[in-house]
Order: sequence, then structure tokens, then C-alpha cells
Amino acid sequence: MKSLIDILDFTVEEIDELLVVANDIIADPKKYSEMCKGKKLATLFFEPSTRTRLSFEAAMYELGGNVLGFSEAASSSSAKGESVADTAKMISCYADIIAMRHPKEGAPLVAAMNASIPVINAGDGGHNHPTQTLTDLLTINREKGRFDNLKIGFCGDLKFGRTVHSLINAMSRYEGNKVYLVSPTELKLPDYVKKDVLDKKNIEYIETQSLDEVMPELDILYMTRVQRERFFNEEEYLRLKDRYILVPEKLTNAKEDLIIMHPLPRVNEISVKVDEDKRACYFRQALYGKYIRMALILKLLKEAGTI
Amino acid sequence: MNIDSIKDGFVIDHITAGRGMRIYELLELDKIDCPVAIIMNAGSKKMGKKDIIKVDGNVPLNLEVIGYADPKVTVNIIKDSKLCEKLTIPMPETLTNVIFCKNPRCITSVEQELEHIFKLTDRDENVYRCIYCETKASL
Repeated sequence: MKSLIDILDFTVEEIDELLVVANDIIADPKKYSEMCKGKKLATLFFEPSTRTRLSFEAAMYELGGNVLGFSEAASSSSAKGESVADTAKMISCYADIIAMRHPKEGAPLVAAMNASIPVINAGDGGHNHPTQTLTDLLTINREKGRFDNLKIGFCGDLKFGRTVHSLINAMSRYEGNKVYLVSPTELKLPDYVKKDVLDKKNIEYIETQSLDEVMPELDILYMTRVQRERFFNEEEYLRLKDRYILVPEKLTNAKEDLIIMHPLPRVNEISVKVDEDKRACYFRQALYGKYIRMALILKLLKEAGTI
Repeated sequence: MNIDSIKDGFVIDHITAGRGMRIYELLELDKIDCPVAIIMNAGSKKMGKKDIIKVDGNVPLNLEVIGYADPKVTVNIIKDSKLCEKLTIPMPETLTNVIFCKNPRCITSVEQELEHIFKLTDRDENVYRCIYCETKASL
């Protein structure tokens, strides 16, 4: 049973195929409006999320399907002590596909090992968030038209930012990209990502604490939020949360065709004044998230023989 | 126990110096009641120094554990005081319930009945990672 737990579960060809379908959905949404008629998506969200859950639900509704599920652990049987494995087996009786978010790393993999229907990892703690990566890839595909020879700046929390790790992993499979890692020392990209991904694939990268210094070179600026929920120590969170705040003045030396991405939600790391800049594409990015999830649901249900 | 002569048992030889005790722990040799000898920092022409474990008794031997802990070792199986087999141990692709994930954010930290499974992700560097959270195993 094909599931999506890690972005590396999909080959470059499979990702290309998803992008083609997503672009076709954008061009002609009506063609897809009944493709999942009578099918059910279970959204099992053991951790709060607005964007990811709603984009999955919107995706399924726009494919003509239905949605069931829960949006916090307190309203599920896990509050009574049910295991992830049992939840997955039980939901397999009621739905055709699962989208799961869980605060513990590896929970969606446990679900996929026990479910008889496809499982999509909708975020497992600070570990993986492959549909955000697919969203990011569709955004780059539509806004830049290519995945190679790009100068990509990642700014903010590069330590706990799972979207950053996954996107670096995905972009490392394409030629000629250069990565700029902008973060305070405490939130640097973990060594294992540098060693296992960037070094192993000979990706050129530089680490710096200054966003201003690298801004003129960037084709893509990927901003991230410093996530309160990833810190065991509140004081450290408060000390680091406002380190990088993107305001219009900081974009003076940036390229005209730069794109500014952010997985959202933002707190204050991007000023609302930047929203008016045509280079800000984070709300379009959120929209693309729905289309790529539609393409993903279709792919997994087709491979499962459900549609 | 005369550590030079074993009737029925095995000798784990060419253990990287300093790893003998860890292999002893991983093989749970403290739980068996036959004679066991650990020789540490023995001289070796090939390795300079090495550790050796000798077990005189028919006890089950988990070769996977040895392959994980030190793939350079050789295991000599002794029967009727004679060397009957000399084994080199390949690194296992997967380890199940041999080592345990210590990441407090891993699903295994809250679901007690889950098997702890580690996969070999880098053969050159002898790296095993938890299949759930990808945390690197430390020997």
C-alpha cells in the first residue's frame, strides 16, 4: 500500500507527475470535481492545525469526496489510551485514505504499517511534513518555472523547522542549487542534515547570521517561524523569537524576481507591510497547497485501486 | 575456567579495544550461568589492541547484535574442544528490539508495545537510525 510518510518516499519522477496533475487541476478544476465521489478522507489531527487540515478537507471536497475525523487528540480515542496502530486499523474500516498529524515523530509511519488504506503524513512533530514540501515545490514550479540553478535562502529556525529540512532534502536532488542558511547559532541547521544531505550531494551552502548580507543574491527567500511548541525552555524561545523580522526596507537590495515563501502561520517574522510586495507569495503558496494535496489524494487512491 | 580451552562454546575475537563490555551487555551474557571471560586490551598484530570474549557453554548467540556492535569481529564456534566454524559477521540491515530509541519526541517513547526498529543507513560509517524518528543510534 503506497503511502506518503517522507518526501523521499516519492521519486523525482513521481513528484513531477504530481506537479503535472496539480497544474492541470489549476487549469481545469471542473474536470476533477467528481473524481472522488463517494470516497472518504479521514483527517486524524492529534495536534492543532488550521492550514494543513483545512487544505486537506478543501482538497477532498473539491474532488467530490467527503471528510471525517477529529482536530485534536482530546476528542479522539487516544485520550482513552488507544494506540496509533489500533486507531489506524479502526479508521481503515471507515475511510478510504488517512491524513494524520501527530506530535510524536514516526506516528504516521506506525499508522501506515497498520492501516489497510493509504496514509499521508500531515506532520509528525518536528520531523517530517512532506505535503508542505510538495506545496513548496509546486510554488517554486509555478513561480520560478524550474528546480535547478536556484539560490535559496532559509531564514529563522533551521533547527526545529521540519519544512526546511524536507525542502533542502527535496531540492538537493536537482542540479546547481546553492543554499544560504540564515539563523542564530542556537537554531542552526542540524549537522546531520548538512552531512547527510548537503555534503553527500555536493550542494554548495553557506551559513550566516546576517540576512542583509545574502539578500541580494537570493532567488527564493524561505522564512520560518520560531515555533514556541518545539522549545522545552520558554526563556530561550523568548530570546530567539524576534531575531529575524522581514520588513519592506530589507527588500531594497533584493532581486526583482525574488519570491518570498513561508509555510505559515506567521507570527511577526514577516511584517504585514511586505504582503503588498509582489514578491510575497506565501498566500499563493497556501492556495497551491490545496491543489497539490488534491493531486496527492488522487495518486494514492488510484494506486490503492480505490478509484 | 581456563580461558585458553573451551569445550563447547564460542570465542568472539578481534573486538575493537574498548567495545568488549558493550558487546557483553548487548548479548546479555550477564544473564547466563556458564563460564564467560572478557579479555580487554589483548595484544594483536593486526589491530594493536583488541578485546576478546570467550563463552564456554551452548548459549544462543545473537549474531545480529555482534554485526551491529562491531562488524570487524570474528566468531569462532568451538565443539568438542575443536574449532568447527569461523564466522565473519555482516552488518544487519535491520535491528529489532536490540537497541532502543532514546528520543523523547519519538512515538516509541509513548507507545510501550511498539518494536524498536533501527535500519542501517550508512554502511561506511556504521550508522543505524530509528525507522520512526530517524534518530541515530549510539553504541
